[in-house]
Amino acid sequence: MILDEILEHWLARLDNQAMSTVATPRQKLTRNLLPSTEPLQLLAPSGEAGPGAHLPPDDILLDLYRRMVVGRRFDAQATALTKQGRLAVYPSSHGQEACEVGAVVALREQDWLFPTYRDCVAIIARGVDPVETLSLLRGDQHLGYDPYEHRVAPQCTPLATNALHAVGLAHAARLKGEDTVALVFVGDGATSEGDTHEALNFAGVWKAPVVFLVQNNGYAISVPMSKQNAAPSLAHKGVGYGIPSMLIDGNDPAMVYTAVHEAAAAARAGEGPTLIEARTYRIEAHTNADDATRYRGQDEVLHWLARDPIDRLERHLSARDLLDAAGRQRIADEAEAVASSLRERMNTDPVLAPAALFEHVYATPTPALRRQAAALASELAL
Amino acid sequence: MARALNRALADALAADERVLVFGEDVGTLGGVFRVTDGLAASFGEARVFDTPLAEAGIVGTAIGMAMNGLRPVVEMQFDAFAYPAFEQITSHLAKLRNRTRGRIELPVVIRIPYGGGIGGVEHHSDSSEAYYVHTAGLRVVTPGTPADAYDLLRAAIDCPDPVIFFEPKRRYWAKSSDPLTSGTPIDRALVRRPGRDVTLIAYGPMVATALETAEAAEVDVEVIDLRSLAPFDDETVCASVRRTGRAVVVHEAPGFLGYGAEVAARVTEQCFHYLHAPVARVTGFDIPYPPPMLEEHHLPSVDRILDAIERLQWDDTAVLPDA
Repeated sequence: MILDEILEHWLARLDNQAMSTVATPRQKLTRNLLPSTEPLQLLAPSGEAGPGAHLPPDDILLDLYRRMVVGRRFDAQATALTKQGRLAVYPSSHGQEACEVGAVVALREQDWLFPTYRDCVAIIARGVDPVETLSLLRGDQHLGYDPYEHRVAPQCTPLATNALHAVGLAHAARLKGEDTVALVFVGDGATSEGDTHEALNFAGVWKAPVVFLVQNNGYAISVPMSKQNAAPSLAHKGVGYGIPSMLIDGNDPAMVYTAVHEAAAAARAGEGPTLIEARTYRIEAHTNADDATRYRGQDEVLHWLARDPIDRLERHLSARDLLDAAGRQRIADEAEAVASSLRERMNTDPVLAPAALFEHVYATPTPALRRQAAALASELAL
Repeated sequence: MARALNRALADALAADERVLVFGEDVGTLGGVFRVTDGLAASFGEARVFDTPLAEAGIVGTAIGMAMNGLRPVVEMQFDAFAYPAFEQITSHLAKLRNRTRGRIELPVVIRIPYGGGIGGVEHHSDSSEAYYVHTAGLRVVTPGTPADAYDLLRAAIDCPDPVIFFEPKRRYWAKSSDPLTSGTPIDRALVRRPGRDVTLIAYGPMVATALETAEAAEVDVEVIDLRSLAPFDDETVCASVRRTGRAVVVHEAPGFLGYGAEVAARVTEQCFHYLHAPVARVTGFDIPYPPPMLEEHHLPSVDRILDAIERLQWDDTAVLPDA
């Protein structure tokens, strides 16, 4: 019965848990096959740390806060750019900043990030240029950044296919004796895809140094969790692959950071993969082209706005005098500068080169492609 | 031919430590057709290994490994069992170079035993080449002779592009004393038998059938072994057709939108004024692959190819009575 309740009313239960029953890891997290029944949390929505909570260092908390504020401002600016026709589409991650930023800050330079289309904030948190990050969604090229520069794979638009790439890359790193961990983001809907199953299974068998982070934002576009999954939680799926799993509060940046940090440390130590389900919520619609009012009520959104990850950390930092009004302003100014620079740079028409259509299809263009390129060039010369 | 492929894998593994071989049953067992026989013992389980039974997983992880500098050679156990990997192949393996403007290079080889003629039960005899040649970014090759199996596989492993390597499974047991050499460009067709009167265009399992047909024909048949299905070697094929003035293309796969349709169109476009007859196609029927006891009726035979050659309007005044 309890499991049924979790399935059908997890949203409401999370609400109650926030008051009283959320589990707090007291010491270093232990990785068990079975996740906790309640999401682990270090900071309550009030910003208060749980009793005995082992928090990340202060400088990490401040860094998380700063990157989340910048990320949210970037996200809002990107949504605005869709309205001006500067972006073809934008899937917002407003509300999911704790996952986007917490996970990325826990990675080291030599680690890899495998993001999805909703993870632009994570990508800029990793240091990728915002304009390069948005090339895919602007539509001038499929990928604007160099994956090897920041070790960020191309954003994955098909679901869960990138999980297998992460496992392969991580396994190759181990074969080559490299100290590399791959973190892959998947959404709740993507856990239904076969590639998620295959990736978890391969990673489990190979003990690949991979961290699977499921951002469970409650909906796969419009389809709720109750129609997606019959397990007690998505984290429970790790058990079937022999993969230690954690269920965490995905709106608690300190918790996300800690969970990914511990999982990555275990991966580096040769202990294999970890599956983390982070429960969060997508405040905006699926994309600017979606109408979320067709499948969810405003009361639900308001409920989650009250559990905002940035407000939570801000309250915590302020209460501990780690952040004052001047500090907040400095970070807000930085975010505004990022948005304004993005606005300015995106308000120019990208230079398009039709001849580039034929480049990089093969290492060397085939004779047929050379003929087609010449045909297009002569068409354009008319 | 299986031995030649095995030798190619062994030599590639020895030549380049970045080369890995993995798939289902390729390790301890040495593959269901024994193409990887002995490789795990020679090169160790870190480089030649069995994977979980999941084709999307095999190709998906191969992509990740190639992103990290390795050169995976993976095996799909049978043609029809490669379909679960289709998304990984078409959406990722084929496109990542283009999507990343050349920054990610994926030198992955996917070996697929394909075609019929071995009495295989359902799902073990598909000729699935058309699905892959339609996808830009993939190279698709298939050897027709044991010696070329070696040459072409070495070229595929050395190639910076992803290669779908179709192995004509009914020729695995074909024998040849030709020396194993490498160096023929991966994208070139070869004239296997010169002839003056008609060009017979074949690939994979049909190369041997085409050569047999040439021996039996009353006219002088030139046999071209395409080797590379994508890209297509227009130059070699069209030069031959311009010499002979007639062309027949043959394959096991169904004819409707099959590879022969593209060959016929290209030859017609480029050699129209040299042709004395429309390009003929001899293909499998437009049916799901038949049960093994009926497959001989489906597969193009020497007689069927000879009939097609006979119908190539040798006498310009004749009207085909039964066409």
